[in-house]
Amino acid sequence: MAAGAALITFDKVWKSYGQGEARVHALAGVDLAIRRGEFVAIMGPSGSGKSTAMNIIGCLDTPTAGTYSFMGIDAGRLDRNRRAMLRNLYVGFVFQGYNLLARTTAAENVELPLIYRGVAARERRDLAMQALAQVGLVGREHHTPAELSGGQQQRVAIARAIVTRPTLLVADEPTGNLDTARTHEIMELLTRLNTELGLTITMVTHEADVAEYAERTIGFLDGHVASDRMKAELA
Amino acid sequence: MIWETVRLSLRSIRRNVLRSFLTLLGIVIGVAAVIAMLTIGSGTTEKVKADIAKLGSNLLVVRSGRPAGPGGPGGLDQVVRPLAEKDLTALVAHLTGARAISPASQKQVRVIFGTESLTSGVTGTDSAYLDARDWKLVSGRPFSDSETRSGTGVCLIGETVRQQFFGAGDPEGEIIRVNRTSCKVIGLLEPKGYTGFGQDQDNVVLMPLHAYQRRIAGNRDIDNIYIAADDRTPTSELQPRVEDILRDIRRITPDRESDFAIRDMTQIADAMASATATMTGMLGAVAGVSLLVGGIGIMNIMLVSVTERTREIGIRLAIGAHEKHILIQFLVEATVLSLLGGIIGILIGLALAGLASLTLSIPFAPSLAVILLAVGFSALIGMVFGFFPALRGARLNPIDALRHE
Repeated sequence: MAAGAALITFDKVWKSYGQGEARVHALAGVDLAIRRGEFVAIMGPSGSGKSTAMNIIGCLDTPTAGTYSFMGIDAGRLDRNRRAMLRNLYVGFVFQGYNLLARTTAAENVELPLIYRGVAARERRDLAMQALAQVGLVGREHHTPAELSGGQQQRVAIARAIVTRPTLLVADEPTGNLDTARTHEIMELLTRLNTELGLTITMVTHEADVAEYAERTIGFLDGHVASDRMKAELA
Repeated sequence: MIWETVRLSLRSIRRNVLRSFLTLLGIVIGVAAVIAMLTIGSGTTEKVKADIAKLGSNLLVVRSGRPAGPGGPGGLDQVVRPLAEKDLTALVAHLTGARAISPASQKQVRVIFGTESLTSGVTGTDSAYLDARDWKLVSGRPFSDSETRSGTGVCLIGETVRQQFFGAGDPEGEIIRVNRTSCKVIGLLEPKGYTGFGQDQDNVVLMPLHAYQRRIAGNRDIDNIYIAADDRTPTSELQPRVEDILRDIRRITPDRESDFAIRDMTQIADAMASATATMTGMLGAVAGVSLLVGGIGIMNIMLVSVTERTREIGIRLAIGAHEKHILIQFLVEATVLSLLGGIIGILIGLALAGLASLTLSIPFAPSLAVILLAVGFSALIGMVFGFFPALRGARLNPIDALRHE
């Protein structure tokens, strides 16, 4: 996978909570760059700042200080609605708990981001079907989450994340709720999306064998980047 | 987009059928009460107007006694001087602008035919009475002038009297007994039905004034004089003329009050109609309060809904929904909910009003304006009471919302 230009840049990013004595720094001056097309695993114990970093990467949150730029845009200074637009256009999300809408069919779940993009119903349906085909769920379009297994639900969530053809996929412990066999299926799928579509993936995980699928692993500790290794270097 | 949102809200309403139904109930009851009250009210107003029109339009009624004023009718030195024949004669001779002038004295009297008996309103009058009261004969003839003058024992009967004594048969030529004097039926009056106060206007017997005075009342008094204005003369113009003529003939000096009262039926009709309308408005307003309560119910349930679906809101925000999308989603949901309640309420309200109009025999008068107002108002309630919860949902932080259990 040829490394592209920097997609994500953290320049001395701080994220702090609370006031005075009780002030806590979730991120303490992080510098980081992720290029287009990379598959990055982010690891670290809880409280290390990895989730905060992911929220900023996904444009859900903004830094207290420093600059976060996404696709060359100073995303840390955008307002709520502009960040929502950025997410809708360029970012797909996959969560540990799938976060599908209950009592809503797989196809409708996948269509959801397109609704906020103002895509016409017919085209929405077609795109949703394509995305479901990409994650191997043909024939399950009309099943609701309750009728699907955990692995299948996560596939629906991935289909929902990629239906908008995003530049970046943000995955927060995507296999945290799955057994080993399902975990490997999902990781194979993410790897394929990374190589075939050139999708940039950032993934939070605390399982080393899951991180193995990524080509680069960044370790967080106490609000700093403690390690940053390429898979090739490890081998 | 908006259609998607409406579909979405319908689905979420369906998902919680029982809860939605209970929420709707407040709006349903409110709207139903308002619609029923206003519909029944306007039916009553129509009925009152029609009843008073039945009494005769452009009608003045003169009776003895002081005009009802502050302090009420009557006074300390009340010696009621009844109306008499000479008052009537003076009016007939001098009053211009009147279409018909007719005396009437009334009494509830027992009327007998064969073995049947009935207590009926017996009126002594003349042939101008029918004209003054806008009353027609179905069959037979009115009193002739000679019958009026001499007080012959003849009478006209109302529909109720006919049914009591003759069923559907022809009463003409039959002799009935009115308070121990007999009189021959010469005509049948057109049915008028009940007044708004439940009085049967067809339980009547009309006989010549002189016959009534001599055989039933035992005096020469006239209780009322009915004066119908002609088409060119408003009753308001006619009234002072009547007063002048009567004060003159009754020799009332300018420093004294009249010892008779002139009632203008048109005024009474207007006053009663506006009284009913006021009543209707007040009842409607009371019913409107229950709409407010219904609105608070909507607000309550929307707050629950927003809290319950915090995670869903988080997902939607994460994948690119703007604040306004979430706001609109919940606003539409609240509006659809209360509109649904409004529509059900309108149907129930109309059904209630229909039932009332059947049992109270008032006209069923649904008003399109009231219905549209109810629809609009219930939608407005949804929007107003849905706004705060919707805003709360829209302002959620996506990270917190996603973490919400």
